[in-house]
Amino acid sequence: MTSRKLFHCIVALLILAGIGLGWLRHSRMGIPFLPGTHRPVWLAEARIDFIAQGEPVTVSLDLPDNPPGFSIFSEQAASPGYGFSILDNKGLRRGEWSIRYASGPQTLYYKLQVIPIPRGKTDEGGPPAEIEPIYWNAPEALAAGQLLEKAYAMSSSPESMTRELIKLLNKPEPGQNAALLLGETPLAPLLAKLLNYARIPTRIVLGLRLEDGRRNQQLSPLIEIHDGRHWRQFDPLTGVEGVPDDFLLWHQDGQSLLEVRGASHSTIRFAMMRQSIAATQLPYAVGDRSPLAFLGPQSLPVEEQNMLRMLLILPLGALVVVFMRIMVGVRSSGTFMPILIALSFLQTTLLPGLPSFVAIVALGLLLRGYLSRLNLLLVARIATIVIIVIFIILFSSLLGYQLGFNTGMTVAFFPIIIIAWTIERMSILWEDEGSREVLVQGGGSLLVAVLAYLLMRWPLMVHLSFHFPEINLITVALILMMGNYTGYKLSELRRFRALFPRLGP
Amino acid sequence: MRWLVGLKQLQELGILGMNCRNIDFIGRYNRRSLYQLVDDKLRTKELAKRHGIPMPRLLFTLKEQHRVKHIGNLLESMSEFVIKPCKGSGGKGILVIGGREGEFFVKSSGAKLTLQDIQRHMSNILAGLHSLAGTPDTVMIEERIELDGRFEGYSYQGIPDLRVIVFQGYPVMAMLRLATRDSDGKANLHQGAVGVGLDLATGQCLNAVQRTLPLQRHPDTGKAFTDIEVPNWRELLVLTSRCYEMTGLGYLGTDIILDRQRGPLLLELNARPGLSIQVACGFGLLPRLRRVESLRKKHACAEDRVAYALSVLGAMNGKHATEMAP
Repeated sequence: MTSRKLFHCIVALLILAGIGLGWLRHSRMGIPFLPGTHRPVWLAEARIDFIAQGEPVTVSLDLPDNPPGFSIFSEQAASPGYGFSILDNKGLRRGEWSIRYASGPQTLYYKLQVIPIPRGKTDEGGPPAEIEPIYWNAPEALAAGQLLEKAYAMSSSPESMTRELIKLLNKPEPGQNAALLLGETPLAPLLAKLLNYARIPTRIVLGLRLEDGRRNQQLSPLIEIHDGRHWRQFDPLTGVEGVPDDFLLWHQDGQSLLEVRGASHSTIRFAMMRQSIAATQLPYAVGDRSPLAFLGPQSLPVEEQNMLRMLLILPLGALVVVFMRIMVGVRSSGTFMPILIALSFLQTTLLPGLPSFVAIVALGLLLRGYLSRLNLLLVARIATIVIIVIFIILFSSLLGYQLGFNTGMTVAFFPIIIIAWTIERMSILWEDEGSREVLVQGGGSLLVAVLAYLLMRWPLMVHLSFHFPEINLITVALILMMGNYTGYKLSELRRFRALFPRLGP
Repeated sequence: MRWLVGLKQLQELGILGMNCRNIDFIGRYNRRSLYQLVDDKLRTKELAKRHGIPMPRLLFTLKEQHRVKHIGNLLESMSEFVIKPCKGSGGKGILVIGGREGEFFVKSSGAKLTLQDIQRHMSNILAGLHSLAGTPDTVMIEERIELDGRFEGYSYQGIPDLRVIVFQGYPVMAMLRLATRDSDGKANLHQGAVGVGLDLATGQCLNAVQRTLPLQRHPDTGKAFTDIEVPNWRELLVLTSRCYEMTGLGYLGTDIILDRQRGPLLLELNARPGLSIQVACGFGLLPRLRRVESLRKKHACAEDRVAYALSVLGAMNGKHATEMAP
């Protein structure tokens, strides 16, 4: 009985592999289990205005590189007449617009779509550079020194000192020292200057606070200090540590955010909007290069994808056939002919498909009846039927067109050979077993085909079988299990019904 | 939930279902490579000759389409013959000619066929119309069986044939199949032939059904089934039992026909015998099959196996079936 054990192991393994891989794909690549799931996408737009003065203009804008908590889904620049390219310098990207001649007010756009993702380990950037010497004028130096002394006394570490300093500067009535310093320098640069003065490596990063439908926004600053091991971010207004969830980090390195050469009065403003996008489109757009993505059919060109979509849904049809034949005991003509019929229904849809299929086969059967009198060889007969079927399809298409239905045309989607073979089989069946058997087997085939069609068209199944190809491992396991079923078919209740009264009490 | 109860009842009756037959019996006891011995009737004939098992005499065979044109000369002198496809199944493509009427060939039903009809039929057979997988086939022309007088009136047109299921050499169940007007002279139960379940111990009628309905008399000839008794029952079973050694197939359907002069003849063998025999007999095959399976030491010779079948398996009739199952 070890072979049975092995069999059960294989079945269990297939099911586990199917579920496991599916789960992995779901959790790692974010493909939803249900179709039609949408995920939010933020559209951020930077608008640069300047006045050109009739000379060559170069505009260089720092672009978000790898913002923590977001994944860049798409980006594009809209700028008529301007050349645009993205320069990548060791991971630091800048967008550069250039034009030979421009004059008057100019507007450039840069659009970016980002998807919120779970915040992983942030890319910290390198260790801090050597702090450059800081120069104050005399009153400032005195004020800064006193302010820092106060913060230093109330703190124990670089980060607590930062917090204290932020508090001191943001008091409703700042002291004289703070007021003096704030009068000279805005808050964020002042904080950076003070902290660097206190030998705590500090820099300012700029980012966008994402709020739906906001326009004319500016980037807001965060203070980053290096505590000896990591960079840590603080909000310069509240002192709260960390990057807020809705904060899209835009500008991190020391260079300027915007550089405009050959023009004046340059300004930059941001607008943003919340959109949503079908979740299934995301993982591939993001450019996941993991082995799971490699094994997904989505990495293929769209045309191949459509063919694969068809192939990957087929096992479900096979499952239906196996179930209907083994468990229910429906008789169909040809083992897998129903799947092929169901596939044609997928093309034609059920309503025009089913009646026209039945009509064509019935008409073909009539003509085939005459053909059998001509005393032809089998191969020649089938070939003749193929041609007859082509004519039937041609006429029904023409008729449909003339009468104004375009459903007539959909008939052409039925694979000719499937129809021809069905007609041939049915007519042999008719001769051998009589018309009743034709109805039983033909009806059985259609029933199985319709059930397979319904399952293969169910959006959930279409979605699962395409985005989680491993689900077919479970289908195989189910088929294997049914292949092992030695119990009765439902139809055998009917078949052996003559035996029942005998049992008695 | 009525159907659940029904499934339970089938189990209690020991009915062998299609899935169980395919997996537990055909799959386990019939080697695939042996199928061709029974699927090709010419090979069966050859094999039967070597083992001394009587079959209807082969007159000639036809393998090529072009010979069909000249078949008229060969058939000229013949008035009674049977045309069969070599690889047919379930009685498909069998044409019985019972006499001549001038130009015409007369079927056993009385229908008249021209030489052209016969030629078309042969050509269809050669093209594989009736063969199992639709592959090109050979035509066999056999002598016609003369009905044993004791079965006169039990069959409408066709000749009654006996189906015996032989499991590992043990005959386990038997029935007589009688053609009716409804079945168009064919002896297939699903086409409306009458199935008469036979008592394995005696060869007497147990029960008769047509399309799952029990009946007492033949619907066309009106002859009562109750006094059917197959002659030379033991010898007939020995004949079926020897087919096991002949083919090596563990689960086998043997079709026997009773000729007036030659006695029981093997008509054909079937590696996938149907399940309707259970309806004809009124009880399931499973207990008998399991009983044979449980035999620790199988009998080596056909006579001993038949003796066992007659005494032990034959006693497992009807209701006792489940009680006596091991």
